[in-house]
Amino acid sequence: MISFKNITKIYPHDTLALDDVSFEIKEKEFVSIAGRSGAGKTTLLKLILAEEEPTKGRVFFRDEDIQKIKKSHLPNLRRKIGVVFQDYKLLPSKTVYENVAYVLEVIGADDKEISQRVPEVLEIVGLGDKANNFPAQLSQGERQRATIARAFIHRPDVILADEPTGNLDPYNSAEIVRLLLKINELGTTVILATHNKEIINSLEKRVITLENSRVIRDEEKGRFIL
Amino acid sequence: MFTLFKRIFRASWLNFRRNIGLSLATIFILLITISLITSLFLFRKISQFLIAELEAKVDISVYFKEDSTKEEISKAEEEVSKLPEVKEIEYISREMAHEKFLQKHKDNPLLMASLQELGENPFLASLNIKAQKPEQYETLANFLENSDFKNLIEQPIDYYQRKPIIDKLSSITSVINKAGIGISIILITISFLVAFNTIRLAIFNQREEISIMRLVGASNWFIRAPFLIQGIISGFFATLITVLTFFLICWGLGPKMEIFLPGFNLQNFFFQNFWTLFSIQLLTGLGLSIFSSLIAMRRYLKV
Repeated sequence: MISFKNITKIYPHDTLALDDVSFEIKEKEFVSIAGRSGAGKTTLLKLILAEEEPTKGRVFFRDEDIQKIKKSHLPNLRRKIGVVFQDYKLLPSKTVYENVAYVLEVIGADDKEISQRVPEVLEIVGLGDKANNFPAQLSQGERQRATIARAFIHRPDVILADEPTGNLDPYNSAEIVRLLLKINELGTTVILATHNKEIINSLEKRVITLENSRVIRDEEKGRFIL
Repeated sequence: MFTLFKRIFRASWLNFRRNIGLSLATIFILLITISLITSLFLFRKISQFLIAELEAKVDISVYFKEDSTKEEISKAEEEVSKLPEVKEIEYISREMAHEKFLQKHKDNPLLMASLQELGENPFLASLNIKAQKPEQYETLANFLENSDFKNLIEQPIDYYQRKPIIDKLSSITSVINKAGIGISIILITISFLVAFNTIRLAIFNQREEISIMRLVGASNWFIRAPFLIQGIISGFFATLITVLTFFLICWGLGPKMEIFLPGFNLQNFFFQNFWTLFSIQLLTGLGLSIFSSLIAMRRYLKV
């Protein structure tokens, strides 16, 4: 489904983020990208989202070379991807309901579908009673759950979760992981980038470990070893 | 399509309301710009009126010798009126000049007594000539001095006595026009830059939101449209407030200004030019906000 072929990414001032990275992710997989801060995890996700371009190599999404997609066609790619950001990236001037509904509006869903699905999904993530709150009125855990609701409301092919538990306490972290697993069980590919050892070890899913910008380990039912 | 427009309008209005502080700041800045342009428009019209009034007061009179016949003067009048520089020409016979003098000075016994002493009509027939522009009087004077009927004219033509006044008027109107255009350009540029940068700052403030919208798959126009409509709403409100303010100013000041500028009614002027003024204001308000938003957003849509 997603393949990285000899990807190297160098940021300005010769900052090496990824060095000759290659791997493939299959449909419906749950893959964790493990590594210390600065190992290149976020860059990897940004390349899938076409937020960054590789310096060398190619990233494919369903056999389509992401770097060859025209800027004007990027929204089509991004509508197939749901993203859970560490810093949530909720729209501050929209309510929780509007933030989640926005993605459905973007893909052109009709009003009936929106008014039916948004409350359903908010119930699933436990925010049914916070629909009319603004992001600033939510706790960190609630914000992250709102982000997850936004990421999978339109049933994307893949969900990218970039350190989704980075700002959360253990209880909320476990809740987020539980939600991601549930989404994966429903058939959505999940790529989780994290440096949280407990979470990765508890998942018993595929783990790709990055160190010094390179893939040093890629194991089915892997563990966090650094 | 209808659903799309409905969503865009709803998002624009909600954003406008929820960022009311920013929206009011934008309206205020647009209001200042539109008011400035409206004031310059009014100022220009008032100064044009004043200049026209002053110019209307200037003319030259060509006096014909006592023995000139009516036919000779008519022929001269016909010839002069053919000149493109001539705006208006009026024949004043000896009798008319006498009558005018009597009317004007009837309350002055000394002058009346002097006139009676003379016994006969001392006034000469004349042609009062008005040129299109003050600087054309010299050409007219030259023409008259070298014309076929130069021998009928009393020399020198009174242009030379009035020359310093005409020259001064000519230079004043030219300075007013040039300075007016110069000051207008500077003020309009400054106010445009201020409005442009205010809108840019407002959008800079929302750059994070714009990039989030891009990352969740919104197309550029789906992102741009609510910002543009928000700008249009601000421009529209700014125009409405300006129109209302200027209506009140013109309505309140109109009668008072007529004391200083007889014949110039600001109220009438406002109503006669209402649609022109309103169009200028609306175009400025909307144009400025749309243009600024489009330019400011370009960078943040590159994600």
